Amino acid sequence: MASTLETRQTVEEVAGDYKYGFVSDIETVKAPKGLNEGVIRFISAKKEEPEWLLDWRLKAYKKWLKMEEPDWAMLSYHKPDFQDIYYYAAPKSADDRPKSLDEVDPELLRVYEKLGISLQEQEVLSGVAVDIVFDSVSVATTFRETLKEKGVIFCSISEAARDYPELMKKYLGSVVPVADNFYAALNSAVFTDGTFVYIPKGVRCPMELSTYFRINEANTGQFERTIIIADDDSYVSYLEGCTAPMRDENQLHAAVVEIVVLENAEVKYSTVQNWYPGDKDGKGGIYNFVTKRAACRGTNSKVSWTQVETGSAVTWKYPSCILQGDGSVGEFYSVAITNNYQQADTGTKMIHIGKNTSSTIISKGISAGKAQNIYRGLVKVMPNAENTRNFTQCDSLLIGDECGAHTVPYIEAKNPTAQLEHEATTSKISDEQLFYCLQRGLDVEQSVTLIVNGFCKEVMQQLPMEFAVEAQKLLGISLEGSVG
Amino acid sequence: MLEIKNLHVEVGGKEILKGLNLTINSGEVHAIMGPNGAGKSTLSYAICGKDGYEITDGTVTFNGKDLLELEANERAGEGIFLGLQYPVEIPGVSNLNFLKAALNSLRKYRGEEEIAAVDFLKLIRAKAAELEMDPEMLKRAVNVGFSGGEKKRNEMVQMALLDPIFSVLDETDSGLDIDALRIVADGINRMRSPKKAILVITHYQRLLDYVVPDFVHVLADGKIVKSGDKSLAIKLEQDGYSGLGINETAA
Ligand SMILES: Nc1ncnc2c1ncn2[C@@H]1O[C@H](COP(=O)(O)OP(=O)(O)OP(=O)(O)O)[C@@H](O)[C@H]1O
Ligand SMILES: [Mg+2]
Repeated sequence: MASTLETRQTVEEVAGDYKYGFVSDIETVKAPKGLNEGVIRFISAKKEEPEWLLDWRLKAYKKWLKMEEPDWAMLSYHKPDFQDIYYYAAPKSADDRPKSLDEVDPELLRVYEKLGISLQEQEVLSGVAVDIVFDSVSVATTFRETLKEKGVIFCSISEAARDYPELMKKYLGSVVPVADNFYAALNSAVFTDGTFVYIPKGVRCPMELSTYFRINEANTGQFERTIIIADDDSYVSYLEGCTAPMRDENQLHAAVVEIVVLENAEVKYSTVQNWYPGDKDGKGGIYNFVTKRAACRGTNSKVSWTQVETGSAVTWKYPSCILQGDGSVGEFYSVAITNNYQQADTGTKMIHIGKNTSSTIISKGISAGKAQNIYRGLVKVMPNAENTRNFTQCDSLLIGDECGAHTVPYIEAKNPTAQLEHEATTSKISDEQLFYCLQRGLDVEQSVTLIVNGFCKEVMQQLPMEFAVEAQKLLGISLEGSVG
Repeated sequence: MLEIKNLHVEVGGKEILKGLNLTINSGEVHAIMGPNGAGKSTLSYAICGKDGYEITDGTVTFNGKDLLELEANERAGEGIFLGLQYPVEIPGVSNLNFLKAALNSLRKYRGEEEIAAVDFLKLIRAKAAELEMDPEMLKRAVNVGFSGGEKKRNEMVQMALLDPIFSVLDETDSGLDIDALRIVADGINRMRSPKKAILVITHYQRLLDYVVPDFVHVLADGKIVKSGDKSLAIKLEQDGYSGLGINETAA
């Protein structure tokens, strides 16, 4: 969130004097705990959804009931009790939130300070019940006006269901079908938040789109659903997440992101994920089970996923590219850091269907403490995909002796003209490197940050500037205490 | 300035330095020579506080401060610099970034302000020019793909930039071509000042023709076994360590 400060300032300029207002008490409504058809009907009704969407949810729910939680990932965790979760809860009332920063976990505040986040933003992020807050809604409205001139649609998924039913019907579930996997099916049944983006033909989106402008409160949605459509010859860069850890009471996060890229269009999707990783002994922390997929449907379309994953106790995530249009391009740049008892099983899938399609995978996994970091990637070349290329580079960096890094590449080439390259390395931060940095005056933490940022350079430089600076600091903070 | 008394150092459970004494005063240049494996690099690491070099006995003081109490980066902050025998590669980190971070850390330790980006660039370019290093190399990752000689020259650029009070230069001359040796020697001589001191570790008398030392010591089997002036280095060059009655494989 803070990483978008610059953008926010730009928007404030556009918006002129933004308004301050009293946050009105939002009526607290909760669906009963657990999941059944009634709860889904409740959600749909609360969101004032059209009938077809309710049916779609119910269909997903029925499929989900017959599915089993996957266990092929190299992850071990207590399986969530799906009947012990609230699937719909309106934002908390002010009474339930901390009254001031004094009541907020000092550890969290220390991290905010290190990231250079202003006091006001700290209050918002940590969920303090401030009575005067930056009115993001009015800014977002102005922001949306600017986009509207270009014909860009940028709204919540619920609004899209109401206001753009044709687009929603056409694209919802078109990249990630309802029964794609256990968590995608669950998300399809109960999603309550998320973003809808449509970039019309020939439009280059005038600004980086960030969820910040859309979400009124600090909490991120538990079951988010995002759809991005880039029509012919368009371009958009989308930022998800926030370098600052946010207060969050939901243990299970199961988001779905669907991206459709049409002819000559390009989508750049950047994520910084820094949810609560649990404490040093591995207690608590978020389960992050995400399905992200992009379909390059038009010729010469391009999608590029960049992710910096430092948070969550367990991450299960494979942003993928279906390269259907001839000459389409898929890219995946990933940094995944695991420390203490964190586990990450992440990677990508590049499915080459069209001719002359190409993909690049650069994955940097860093493990410290007792953490496990797994890269799992599939490169698949279909029989008709002539002259495809893939370059994969998977580098692992280990800090200490108790952590692990594993690389699991799957390659299926059904066309002999495919050129596939795979490189993998595993290294450690050596005592020599560390001493060299210390000898030049850097302290242990700075040294680790520097070395790790160097290791991740090819990925970090893919991030939009305003994200990159904070993400660099974040790498160091995530690895705090891992050396020395 | 630097006072080492009865220093005993163990590495991997093995005693390498066995009661070493050495005093270096401001304004002086000392040279240490000695057979391979004698413990010269070990001494430099012990002075600079590298992990794994366990001081089992003795004291090291620097301008009255107990160095052994300080972390490696704090010792750097106090003004100690080590030019490494084998400079280390840091992939993905440009020389510029590395040095800017280093310089600012040192400044912070000394209670000074961070250097402005523009001033830093001017300064580092000037230092690179002094040592005739191609400024393009500043943009490259620290020592990655540098030739042996380029790495050594890079160490000297770092020294010139960080401007230490006391420099230990561990075989900085090894691997340098004839011209580079002179350029590096000039760089070392520029560091000579009544307020500073330098300890050069070398195998060759050649460097000492350019950087004339006030004292020459022979380190063998974990101790200083002989000290003298420049003529000791010349004598060593002629007679070898065995000529001095030192067993070449002492360590
Ligand atoms: N980790 C270790 N475990 C055991 N012995 C070690 C270890 N590290 C260094 N040594 C030994 O310590 C001794 C001194 O090494 P040092 O590098 O100080 O020698 P040196 O005088 O600098 O030699 P050279 O002239 O070859 O550079 C050597 O015999 C070396 O093998
Ligand atoms: Mg040596």
